[in-house]
Amino acid sequence: MATSEARRSSRRRALLGRLAIPLLAIFTALIVASLAMVLSGTDPIKAYLALAEGAFGSQVARVETLIKATPFLLAGLAIALAFRGGLFNIGVEGQLFVGSAVTVFIGYSVELPAAIHIPLALLGGMIGGAVWAGIPGYLKARNGAHEVITTIMFNFIALRIISWAIGVGGPLRAPRTVVPETPAVFESARLPILIPDSRLHAGVIIAVIAAFVVYWLLWRTVTGFELRTVGANPNAARYAGINVEFNIVRTMALSGALAGLSGGIQVLGLAPYTFTTGFNVGLGFDSIAVAVLGSIHPFGVALAALLFGAMDAGARLMQLRTKVPIDVVTIVQGLILAFVAADQIIRRLYRIRTETEEGPVSLSQSWGGGS
Amino acid sequence: MSEPVLRLVGISKRFPGVLANDNVDFELAPGEIHALLGENGAGKTTLMNVVYGLYKQDEGQIFIDGRQVEIHDPNDALARGIGMVHQHFMLVPVMTVTENMMLGHETTRGLRLGLLSDLDPDRVAEEIKALGDKHGLSIDPEAYVRDLSVGEEQRVEIVKALYRGAEVLILDEPTAVLTPQEAEDLFSIMRSLIAEGKSIIFITHKLKEVLVIADRITVLRDGRVVGTTEPSKTTEAELAAMMVGREVILQVEKGPAAPGEAVLEVQDLQVRDLREQMAIRGVSFTVRAGEIFGIAGVQGNGQAELVEALTGLTPVEGGHIFMNGQETTHLRPRAITETGIAHVPEDRHKHGLVLVYPLDENLVLQTYYLPPFAKRTFLQPKEVRENAIRLIQEFDVRTPSVRTHAGSLSGGNQQKVIVARELSRDIRLLIANQPTRGLDVGSIEFIHRRIVEKRDEGVGVLLVSSELDEILGLSDRIAVMYAGEILAVMPAEEATKERLGLLMAGVREAPDSIAAD
Repeated sequence: MATSEARRSSRRRALLGRLAIPLLAIFTALIVASLAMVLSGTDPIKAYLALAEGAFGSQVARVETLIKATPFLLAGLAIALAFRGGLFNIGVEGQLFVGSAVTVFIGYSVELPAAIHIPLALLGGMIGGAVWAGIPGYLKARNGAHEVITTIMFNFIALRIISWAIGVGGPLRAPRTVVPETPAVFESARLPILIPDSRLHAGVIIAVIAAFVVYWLLWRTVTGFELRTVGANPNAARYAGINVEFNIVRTMALSGALAGLSGGIQVLGLAPYTFTTGFNVGLGFDSIAVAVLGSIHPFGVALAALLFGAMDAGARLMQLRTKVPIDVVTIVQGLILAFVAADQIIRRLYRIRTETEEGPVSLSQSWGGGS
Repeated sequence: MSEPVLRLVGISKRFPGVLANDNVDFELAPGEIHALLGENGAGKTTLMNVVYGLYKQDEGQIFIDGRQVEIHDPNDALARGIGMVHQHFMLVPVMTVTENMMLGHETTRGLRLGLLSDLDPDRVAEEIKALGDKHGLSIDPEAYVRDLSVGEEQRVEIVKALYRGAEVLILDEPTAVLTPQEAEDLFSIMRSLIAEGKSIIFITHKLKEVLVIADRITVLRDGRVVGTTEPSKTTEAELAAMMVGREVILQVEKGPAAPGEAVLEVQDLQVRDLREQMAIRGVSFTVRAGEIFGIAGVQGNGQAELVEALTGLTPVEGGHIFMNGQETTHLRPRAITETGIAHVPEDRHKHGLVLVYPLDENLVLQTYYLPPFAKRTFLQPKEVRENAIRLIQEFDVRTPSVRTHAGSLSGGNQQKVIVARELSRDIRLLIANQPTRGLDVGSIEFIHRRIVEKRDEGVGVLLVSSELDEILGLSDRIAVMYAGEILAVMPAEEATKERLGLLMAGVREAPDSIAAD
């Protein structure tokens, strides 16, 4: 039928539109940031070239990009998974902390064969993150406490507990150190290095596998069907006999497990293989931008994580060459998020028609809804 | 008759997919109580929201005191003397009555310092008291709104409108939340107000109240004015017919029923609605295999709560439900579904479909976790897809593909998707709530035929509908629900439109019933 052809091509256009918004958002953010550079007397083209070279120009640069992208990917997946289930998990930061602490504890307190030690330490971190996310999930399922509030509060609780634990006299504090940090994990718990004499650890592979697992979980399993249905229409989910309350807890726990894995891989993969308070601060929040830029889709999140990793990796060279402060990268990242989240700006700027069909996930749907 | 205080000419208001008001004319005379009567969804509230400036009409004009006006927002409406009391009150619970009155209308004393001016709650409190005393609206200006009863909150809303200088008062379903005694009080307040020269638009679907209180009655149906009449010139039965019915009875071909054993038994069921009011007050009935048991009634008389309680979506307060011989009173929805129940829900967007899902996933919404659609925990996309292709063909769903989102189909096709999903399962009881609302004649006939087919296969059918034609055309036995009770159950042969219409209006059939109710 002619009409069915037309509709199919309109769907293809809609898919193109979904890719167009993130790409145009990145482009616009770069333009806006370059205006700031021009005002401060720098050549933005030179700066961006340095940024690109710092991210992709050499093997060291490429390795650095992948290392930086890895935690973004895992933490971004955590946020995307929760979004699919209708939940806004702002607590990835805290879950990542708890996961790292558990992983590092298993890593330094026992010595086991690597084949057991690494999985055990990572699993411990995932469970730690899952529990830390599961509690706000339970509070929402049981009492309707909004997860945005509770997860933010749990971030503070996690931060303070861990500051105490690695502070002077704390149970995780390494003996005879001046800075607050844990002991380093045993050799047997460290992730193997993929390219000799580089920092590239096997965490990259784990993160990519995680992206495929999340994709497969969401669209190929009963669990994923329930998770997405609760996220898309909790009333229909209840009508279909899905236990909405249980699913809220499960989705949060799965999201927290990914967050915990994200932190665990950092402590097992990168020297000095310890956990300190300054560890990865802000990663859990930056990952919200990664997830949103990645259209809440595992593969989109992977691309967005790569971009954010590249920007972080290239920033140093940009500063070196052009005196543009590293912070400009943060500004660009912030602008990207703003343009993706407020996509009407991009649509109006580039005259893209608003889709009449509802998008796959509305970022604000968990507000005021609940159970 | 003197110049109308409010005149609406040719008002039309469109929402995506719905024409909520279609060329509506309406007049309100000074000192008049004009009732706006119609079923839920007939467009009464939409029309009044246009008058109150909450919506902008797509077509038509509004005249106040003979002058054409544009009403942009509620402040605009208030400035022109139009006040509205909504169905759901718009008060701030943690503030006092006086503070609520002053919101957006702050009275100050002393120096005029803009945002820094000194508020004058005492003067406001005095004015409220005076206004209240004048109309028998006793309210304590110092009381916190959260401590007030529903009836008192309503009085605060009315006083608030008067305090802002309303000459025309719109009351949206004001008696829905009131006890009979409170409703009586409200009526005397309304009489006192019109004696003062105010005019009132009274929105309702309760026929009795209209006949008691209104000077004129305008009936809306499907967004159009059916007619305007006066209480002395009409009857409840006539109003019910105006509200509810098309004149054409859709004739469904069906043979006599062959009822078997009971598949659904409801005993003394009690259910509360979301506002914690009793919505079902001790209902008992039985549905047998191979029969269609129709529940007629004006919408909002407990039918929605009944169906939600039967399917486990709303907790049961008291009584018992047996399905296929098993007690299901307090079971979860899935357990109830698995006893062999299909449910075509009233609201296809809220419950029936996940609009952002493609059709194939919507078609396994109840069975996604069972073989062949899932093996252990893994979905089987091929089976899901083949199921969709088969059902789409069998139920004649017009769609470009099985991966099309449900949200992009027409209402009729969406409903066919739900009916296909529910009827394709192995079921013994079908609960269908408003299965054809808002559909075109072709889709209605198709769905009716499928329901009768299921009956002939020996499935028990509970059909809930506010369309009398649908009830009369399909049912083998008919019950009428009014105010959370079943007033009568009768074989379909004994039912007439007039008889059902009276029962739907709450007129009991026993001798002296009119006085007793």
